[in-house]
Amino acid sequence: MTSSPLLDASGVAKNYGAVAALRNASLSVLPGEVHALMGANGAGKSTLVKILTGAISANAGRILIRGEARDIRSPAAARGAGLLPVYQEPSLIPDLDVLSNLRLTGTPVEPFRAWVRELGIADLDLRDTARDIPLAVLRVLDLARALAVEPAVLLLDEMTAALPANLAEKVLEVVRRQGDAGRAVIFISHRFVEISALCDRATVLRDGETVGVVDIVPGVEEKIVELMLGTRIVKTHVAARSAAEKAAPAPARPRLAVHKLRAGTKLNDISFDLGDGEVAGVVALEGQGQDELFAALAGSIRPSGGTIEVDGSPVKFAHPIDAIRAGIAYVPGDRSEALAMQRSVRENIALPFSAALRNWGPINMRKERATVLSAIERLQIDTRAQGEVQRLSGGNQQKVTIARWIAADARTILCFDPTRGIDVGTKQEIYKLLREFAGHGKSVLFYTSELEEVQRVCDRVIVIFGGRLVDIFPVEEADEPALMRAAYGLPRGTKADIGILADPTASDAPEAKP
Amino acid sequence: MSNAATGPQSVPYGRRVKRFMADRPLIPLIILLVMLVVILQILRPGIVNERWIANTIKFAIPLAILAGCQTMTMLTGGIDLSVGTVATMSAFIMATQIVNQDPAVAFLLAMMPAVLIGVINGIGVGVFRVHPLIMTLGTSLIGTGCLQVYQRTVIASGAKIPDFLAWLGTGVTLGFPNALLLFVPLAALIVFTLARTGFGRLLYAVGDNERATRLSGVQYWQVITALYVTSSLLAGITGLLYIGLIKAPSLSLAEPLVLPSVAAAVIGGTSIFGGRGGYTGTIIGALILTVLTTLLTILQMPEGARRILFGLIVLFVTAAYLRIVEER
Repeated sequence: MTSSPLLDASGVAKNYGAVAALRNASLSVLPGEVHALMGANGAGKSTLVKILTGAISANAGRILIRGEARDIRSPAAARGAGLLPVYQEPSLIPDLDVLSNLRLTGTPVEPFRAWVRELGIADLDLRDTARDIPLAVLRVLDLARALAVEPAVLLLDEMTAALPANLAEKVLEVVRRQGDAGRAVIFISHRFVEISALCDRATVLRDGETVGVVDIVPGVEEKIVELMLGTRIVKTHVAARSAAEKAAPAPARPRLAVHKLRAGTKLNDISFDLGDGEVAGVVALEGQGQDELFAALAGSIRPSGGTIEVDGSPVKFAHPIDAIRAGIAYVPGDRSEALAMQRSVRENIALPFSAALRNWGPINMRKERATVLSAIERLQIDTRAQGEVQRLSGGNQQKVTIARWIAADARTILCFDPTRGIDVGTKQEIYKLLREFAGHGKSVLFYTSELEEVQRVCDRVIVIFGGRLVDIFPVEEADEPALMRAAYGLPRGTKADIGILADPTASDAPEAKP
Repeated sequence: MSNAATGPQSVPYGRRVKRFMADRPLIPLIILLVMLVVILQILRPGIVNERWIANTIKFAIPLAILAGCQTMTMLTGGIDLSVGTVATMSAFIMATQIVNQDPAVAFLLAMMPAVLIGVINGIGVGVFRVHPLIMTLGTSLIGTGCLQVYQRTVIASGAKIPDFLAWLGTGVTLGFPNALLLFVPLAALIVFTLARTGFGRLLYAVGDNERATRLSGVQYWQVITALYVTSSLLAGITGLLYIGLIKAPSLSLAEPLVLPSVAAAVIGGTSIFGGRGGYTGTIIGALILTVLTTLLTILQMPEGARRILFGLIVLFVTAAYLRIVEER
């Protein structure tokens, strides 16, 4: 298999304004190869995929397909060049039946049928409306539709997520055989188990650059984790916290106790406690169920099982107001979700005060002003443009979302990635604020996509993978490599030579390797 | 507010005027209103006198109150098309019930359909998430149907306009229309509610970002139900005032006011997408539309041409106003 690459992308860069999503990414895929594309959150995987499939265009870089330079300007051009993606979201049009969906993309029906059978779905009626087909089956149909046109390069994004075990097994088998048939597959996954069973090589991205291409051999996951982390592998020390920042002594019963919480297909049997005066971190790769966990605790969605206890008594939240009454406030990661952008800083901070029916009357403007001002001062919000929140910088907007709950005197704050996309100075202020908040005997549940934040802020870390709680670290052991390994579902404390790739019980996939 | 107005001195004049206008959106509206009055005076010298002004105000007030209903519902991203039917119902029921009933009882009976339609609108929009346009259009049609049925039952007893309403609707005291006695407190209440009460805050916030209000603990259905009930009550009161002004109960009494009330709110600077606007602009918008109607009437054009011109002017004014006021 030492032929020339089917797909060869190099020097690919993409900027969004001043932000570089991709700096210098390259990806070279040989015929007959299943190639893993890996990288931590925000490394640029999805940007690279979008460029390769024509969804967005690159600012720089060269893409060769079978040695010919191709300008992939649209998804249709990518198809024409033989690049076909299967995304995480089903792509069949819900209101058409399967057959019409096939016609829409010019997919030949017989090969499609054959692939569907091959993939383990025996009883598909092509007249079924896509809307009525279960999600897992839809994803398999997407794959079959892509396979039916025999693409040169097939691009699979988290293909096995949300698939039941039997379907996932069939899918992996079929993907493996694609490689054997001389075509190429780019396989994006967070699961080392699958990658070890399936892939020949892996390209690792970090901060928008390709930092390494490795052969998949037993023990390579250590190397991949190392590449994903880069120089940050050095163990950082936890700074001794000053008395004011120290956690208050733990009380007998926890502030928040979550037991076997389940929500839909994304969140399975999560149990943990959150004590007063504690900042508990949550670490997870994208889409591992953390969104559902926070939404359930905030009262935005109803869990499908398990219990939540606040101060020892069980609660059922039907609406965010129920959580707020229990002193639990949710700060979403997306600021546009939390703010009325055209309204003033003051009105945004005071919003929870007017929520209850009995507070709909005249507002005590002087009292409100005092409360709001003290919150603004405490968070040091730059109020030069306070007439409309949309005129503030991202960092100041984020501060407003937190100031609201400081002003409302919430006892527990659920912070979902509060430092995403804001400047370093503001980040520091937010860390300090959360520590102070805990210092006053209150509690914080803190999801972050930036692992280095964990040791700055948290007392304890909960790691979630595939909707399950896989590990709980004390902060002293929660250095980035350990967290990264845990986030990828790798067991704690194992070393390269006894890595999961060498463990036959971890995977029942075919052993055949080139 | 001061931060944006006191920009550096080097800013070009046009830009400065624009910024000034953007910070005080009422000023261009008032200028437009004065311009229309001046044009009217030029076309028909001497027409603008005390009596004309009182008359204009009298006719602008019902429109302004209904436009208040639109302003409040539009702030949440909604609209209330049932105000015309509600006003007509309360007016018609008042005029027919007053024949045999005590005035207080007649008043309560007249306001009943308003409350009922408001509650139904509120629950439809707030709980079942029916689009406000469809919801209020639907209740409006149902209300009109009910009124037709009701008309058969009272056809024998006849109708009369209560003296008090006629006094309120058409009377003028010391040069001021009596209707101002109702309108000034009502307008003050609406302005105060929007600016200084929790309910008013929520209207803006819900229209701006409903998800954010939900996360802050606001229960959408409560706000929306209270809003549509308030809107319907205002419409009912408008109906009583309007019957005193028109003095001829009919089944389509206030219907012609519905779309102008939407136009008045939009001209007054309230965004139909929610979150932006206020009632003072709406009042001026209602005055502008009323003066415009007079203007087109005295031009002695055929009805068709007048309507075409009216539509064009409304479109033009709204577009121009938004260009002046919007900064982006």
